[in-house]
Amino acid sequence: MKARALLLGLFALLVAAPAIIGAYPLAVLILILHYAYLGIAWNVMMGFAGLLSLGHALYVGLGAYVAAALYTSFGLPALLGAIPAAVIATLAGLGIGALGFRFRVHGVYFALLTIAFAEFTRILFDHIGWTGGSSGFFMPVEHGQVHLIALRGPPVLFYYVALVMAAAAFLIARMLMRTRLGYAWLAVREDPDSAAASGVDVFRARMAAIAVSSALTSLGGVFYAFYYNNMYPEQIFSMARSIEIILAPIIGGLGTLFGPVLGSFVLTILGEGTTGLLEHFGLAAPGAKQVIYGVALLVIVMVQPAGLWPWLAKRLRIGRDG
Amino acid sequence: MAEALLTVSGISKSFRGLKAVNDVSFSVGEGEILAMIGPNGAGKTTCFNLIAGAMPPDAGAVHLAGQPITGLRADQVCRAGIGRTFQLVKPFAGLSVLDNVTVGALNAARHVGEAKEHARAVLELLDLGRKIDEPASALTLPDRKRLEVARALATGPKLLLLDEVMAGLRPTECDRLVEILAGLNRRDGLTILLIEHVMRAVMKLAQRIIVLHHGEKIAEGTPEAVVRDPAVLDSYLGEEAL
Amino acid sequence: MTVYFDIIASGVLTGLVYGLMALGLSVIFGVVRVVNFAHGELTVAAMYMAWVMAGSFAVDPILTLPLIAAALFVIGYALQRHLVEPFIGRPEHEQFMLLLAVSIIVLNGLLLVFGPDARHVAVDYAYDSIELGPLLLDTVRVYAAAAANVLALGLYLFFRFTDLGTAIRACADNLLGAQVVGLDVRRLYALTFGLGCALVGASGTLMVLMRDATPILAVQLTLLAFIVVIIGGLGSMAGALVGGVLIGVSEALAGFLLMPSLKSLFSYGLLILVLLLRPEGLMGRRA
Repeated sequence: MKARALLLGLFALLVAAPAIIGAYPLAVLILILHYAYLGIAWNVMMGFAGLLSLGHALYVGLGAYVAAALYTSFGLPALLGAIPAAVIATLAGLGIGALGFRFRVHGVYFALLTIAFAEFTRILFDHIGWTGGSSGFFMPVEHGQVHLIALRGPPVLFYYVALVMAAAAFLIARMLMRTRLGYAWLAVREDPDSAAASGVDVFRARMAAIAVSSALTSLGGVFYAFYYNNMYPEQIFSMARSIEIILAPIIGGLGTLFGPVLGSFVLTILGEGTTGLLEHFGLAAPGAKQVIYGVALLVIVMVQPAGLWPWLAKRLRIGRDG
Repeated sequence: MAEALLTVSGISKSFRGLKAVNDVSFSVGEGEILAMIGPNGAGKTTCFNLIAGAMPPDAGAVHLAGQPITGLRADQVCRAGIGRTFQLVKPFAGLSVLDNVTVGALNAARHVGEAKEHARAVLELLDLGRKIDEPASALTLPDRKRLEVARALATGPKLLLLDEVMAGLRPTECDRLVEILAGLNRRDGLTILLIEHVMRAVMKLAQRIIVLHHGEKIAEGTPEAVVRDPAVLDSYLGEEAL
Repeated sequence: MTVYFDIIASGVLTGLVYGLMALGLSVIFGVVRVVNFAHGELTVAAMYMAWVMAGSFAVDPILTLPLIAAALFVIGYALQRHLVEPFIGRPEHEQFMLLLAVSIIVLNGLLLVFGPDARHVAVDYAYDSIELGPLLLDTVRVYAAAAANVLALGLYLFFRFTDLGTAIRACADNLLGAQVVGLDVRRLYALTFGLGCALVGASGTLMVLMRDATPILAVQLTLLAFIVVIIGGLGSMAGALVGGVLIGVSEALAGFLLMPSLKSLFSYGLLILVLLLRPEGLMGRRA
């Protein structure tokens, strides 16, 4: 199958990459894989279950802070700290989802609800002294330390972790789509009334989507914490970050499996390319990269709202895999 | 003697003070085909919605095979054994025909593979076998109606609720669908309750008819009796309907 | 004790300007049924315009208000006519994505052009106060609130007593009916969007008297406008002003009683409560 061959080829390339490319391209690739991962996680909620969340930074932030705090206070390594981080984020997500469902908050109003919770949490964390408040939270870094379970080590370590995460998210999403739950999600996305009449428990399906999405997203936050070693509420819970998360899947293709990956590649390369070009001419233009993102989003929405991947897949004659 | 599979007792529903359904009672025997006719706005679809759990009745009760299902959610009613179609068809537009019906089939199947097989079989039965991979959005209206029936059928219902499935079909298509439904009733004992305006289908399928008007049941009986009932002729049929 | 009155009064005045900004959002949503996600960005654009004019011509922003409102009207009209209109029938999330794109472009465009530093407009009376009975009020806020009131009143009169205003209200209340009687809905939509943006322009001009212009303010203002509109009631003009005042006062009190950085916490908490319990807001109609 063509699709499988291409995917495996891409994966092989990515596995070999560190041996071929330098430090800066590697860092870019890590960014691409990180946003591909977050995009896939967000897409589960929006693309598959049809719930628009504009406050997904909440789960990134919760994942990051919980895991980071557990590490700095108790020495709990990242891979273990990720578990409570994911649990807390999932509970938050389920809470928001349940509230929305219970009070019949839909569409744009639900999106606003997610924003409100994210912002609320951001301001809250600005005032939690224990995690540094608005001055940020910093992780201890010891040079030369290499420890997989604690996620301490050189960039290459993080590269492979990011690659594994992105690949795993992709496979998990693909597997889920072929289960009973996956069909339920698609049905609920297309037409909740019709889905219910066909025996689908709409509430449960939506809650499941939220749980999976928020759990996965929070693990991305854990990665963020241990890779960047610092976090500020202003940055990690912000609306800007929530928007960053959703750009790749929207541009790549809502509701598709490969869309977020493609979108992440395209956007990150566009962004880094723009910044690089400006630096070449000695210009430091804050905001230029984002303007390009905005234009890209505008073009996609106007010309090809289903996203780049469906268009590309047609060109390459790949089936309806993702 | 057929026992009542569905018993509707005194259901009522008002919308903003307007009584859409007023104290309607009837029952459908197991293996029976009952048609519900009446002018537009008579409350027929609202009755369906009350039975199928799309909205709870203000008063009254609904029993399926002796078990109360009043006020249950739509998906719970489906699991209990009622499959329904919508008057304005609601396909899962972005999904393929097969996936559409698979969603329904999952209601009764143990796993996805089994559901898909069952979905294929149902689609064959409804003459959609060659279109299973097409997106539902690409289907013509008659095919969408058949898809709607297929999806409801795939849920493995004891009772099938059909809401004006014949509307918009050409006479040959209508006859074909009647043939399929009659066959299901005969072979598998599928109980059917249908809302219809197309009298051609009603007269061929229905063993009994009830007539609604202004939210109330005004007549009930065999097709021959009902089409001669003066009240029915007055309100709905007119002498030339047949 | 009197300091509370001062704070509340100050909050009321600020809130009126918030209300004016939210009015723009409400008008657009009430008629065109599009959620203008770029609302804050356009407000900040207006703030920058006022700053530029105040800097270049040494003119009090309040005097430049008509000009900036007119400019925003044109922008809004064009936005609706050329970008938004083809999206009217399309799924809600596509409309949202469109305006999100616009908001990203505007916000970062402003960042590119003006840089991240705060831009301040200094007026002669910036530090003056007016005594109104027992209250001590900032002159700036009094002027801004007064202007906001005048504009809101003007808007009300427009909708109530002019043909155009009635036509727009008809579109909002009964689109099909409006089309049936032959109203040019597309033109009315564009006019309404323009009008909403004009209000945004006016409120931005007033807002720059009270706050410095920075790009990051845009996101906060968009959210603020939504909070006000939802609490006050989508589609209700009085609701937008009432909501604005409510938020203005609660922010002022929270900033004083708790901590300035916590003042938005209360607003978001209120938004959550309203979304859950009474999404039609205090004065809105149930959709």
